[in-house]
Amino acid sequence: MGVLVDKNTKVVVQGITGRQGQFHTKLMLEYGTKVVAGVTPGRGGQAVHGVPVYDTVAEAVEEHGAEASIIFVPAPFAASAALEALESGIKVLVIITEHVPVRDTIKVVSYAKRVGATVIGPNTPGIIVPGECKIGIMPSHVFKPGSVGIVSRSGTLSYEIAASLTRSSLGQSACVGIGGDPVVGMSFVDALRLFEEDPHTEAVVMVGEIGGNLEELAAEHIAKEGYPKPVVAFIAGRVAPPEKRMGHAGAIVMSRTGSAESKISALRSAGVEVAEKPSDIALLLRKLLRA
Amino acid sequence: MVEYEAKKLLEKYGVPLPQGGLATTPREAHEVARNLKPPYAVKAQVPVSGRGKAGGILFASSPEEVEELASRLLGARIKGFTVKAVLVEERVQVKRELYFGITVSRAYQTYVAIASQEGGVDVEEVAERAPEKVMTLRLDPWLGLQPHHARLLAKFMGYGGDALLALEGMFQSIYRAGMDYDAELIEVNPLAETVDGKFVALDARMIVDDNALFRHPELQTKRYEDLSPEEVEAAKHDMSYVDLDGDVGVICNGAGLTMATLDLINLFGGRPANFLDIGGGASSERVATALRMVLLKPKVKAALINILGGITRCDEVAKGILDTLRSISVRKPLVIRLVGTNEEEGRRMLAEAGIHVMESMEEAVKKVVEIARRGH
Repeated sequence: MGVLVDKNTKVVVQGITGRQGQFHTKLMLEYGTKVVAGVTPGRGGQAVHGVPVYDTVAEAVEEHGAEASIIFVPAPFAASAALEALESGIKVLVIITEHVPVRDTIKVVSYAKRVGATVIGPNTPGIIVPGECKIGIMPSHVFKPGSVGIVSRSGTLSYEIAASLTRSSLGQSACVGIGGDPVVGMSFVDALRLFEEDPHTEAVVMVGEIGGNLEELAAEHIAKEGYPKPVVAFIAGRVAPPEKRMGHAGAIVMSRTGSAESKISALRSAGVEVAEKPSDIALLLRKLLRA
Repeated sequence: MVEYEAKKLLEKYGVPLPQGGLATTPREAHEVARNLKPPYAVKAQVPVSGRGKAGGILFASSPEEVEELASRLLGARIKGFTVKAVLVEERVQVKRELYFGITVSRAYQTYVAIASQEGGVDVEEVAERAPEKVMTLRLDPWLGLQPHHARLLAKFMGYGGDALLALEGMFQSIYRAGMDYDAELIEVNPLAETVDGKFVALDARMIVDDNALFRHPELQTKRYEDLSPEEVEAAKHDMSYVDLDGDVGVICNGAGLTMATLDLINLFGGRPANFLDIGGGASSERVATALRMVLLKPKVKAALINILGGITRCDEVAKGILDTLRSISVRKPLVIRLVGTNEEEGRRMLAEAGIHVMESMEEAVKKVVEIARRGH
């Protein structure tokens, strides 16, 4: 039993013959992910680490019943790959690719809503359900199975936090990276809903950062819906200067929105515990889970 | 993109503009004015909003006066940018100032069209002060801004008859220009209704999505336009740099981890000198470039390398550090935290060179802050 995906989810890798695609296909297979097929147009008939390669996603769905897709296709072609997957009936789409034009992302996200599919990313490390499967590029050794759900806008910071939870014997039900771009498919609110439905998740860690207002919307959701599980948040970028992109395309404080203070105060007024530093997250979780 | 470039683009799409021309010398400004009808507006071309208040827009009644104002503006600094060109235009007799723009809404995950009954000022400021004057329309990216959407917005601005139809055409042209050029933002502010009942784009601004520049080879030269030399140097090596005013140099992998590291330095009483994210899977050359950039900064008293290796390999990082220390003579205290992929190999390489490596991010931050404070 996983969150959104589990050990039985059949995965197709788009861009499987590229350097990144090959490398991470191997790691996903080693972790136990059911990678059933790969797609690279023009390379149909080949195999990568024993996984058959097709020219189209439709074939991968027809031959192997692929349900989820992970995209390693270069930015200029990523949207086309995503739309192909969605039209072929893929219901969970993870877009690893960085630097996808925002116009392309907007079209993909809009189309996904129409067909009822979930898009994670772009510019994300993906999703891992520890002990079951990973559809992503995260280093699996920092995670272990358990009952804390992690949702994060940042890759390495989520690994740092997962590693510190794991050291404190707080395993994870799932860790999902929603991506560092200004427009992403899955929001914090979407992730909170998934963790709410999952019976194995007992608490949620939300790792936000400056830019946009997804954290504020999550705070509003938590307060309005009376979110039933404890939430601990961490917000990165308190000392970031305004109008400067801090690494992620989406991490930018504009004149009136996106500051760390705004997010922290919104979350605190919604009753969310906000950690001052990453190592405090485990302590706060312990306190909340005991209560 | 500066006003003149945005306007040149809008002109291609048939958006009505004031008559005018660009000048890079006072003499040229005089020439441009001679072919226009007085009075004139002389506008500094800098890629920021709010230049009117900063003294970047001046008015003249003769070509001689235009020349004098141009010589005052050219070479001056406005909001941190040097004025390299001025736009000389016929001064429009304005009856009413409005706002129209298309931008990306992060919350709605799509484009929005924004119309305001009040223009010439920051639209977000109007939206806060008088929300009833601003209309935001969510657009379906597959449908775009349809004619009836444009009419709805024109109607909201208070127009009917021919004016409604004129605005419909104008809004659609602006939308098309924005989409064709992958604009994150395209805005006409103010959009002026003239005393003779026409509509013109008095000022225009456009921000193109850097990630879409591969579709617009003619705009490639704009890629690094708003960046400082260090930011450009970093970007060319697939890294991301932001200068800060403290004395603790920082090198990290991943945007979120880098931001969290800066926050921790601050929390422990130190002041970071920079944000430097070396990205994923950095080679030893990239690490070396990063370390040189940081160590060679005079203001940096001590530096912290905080790497959590996923696709980044610790042995590559260690090699980059050792290569740098062999190639430059500057010696500053260096605190290194290195964990993750190929951690043992990386530690061994550094230990052989007598360099101590830490495991905990918080301990490493505490240590570097303390060293910077003591000064050695």
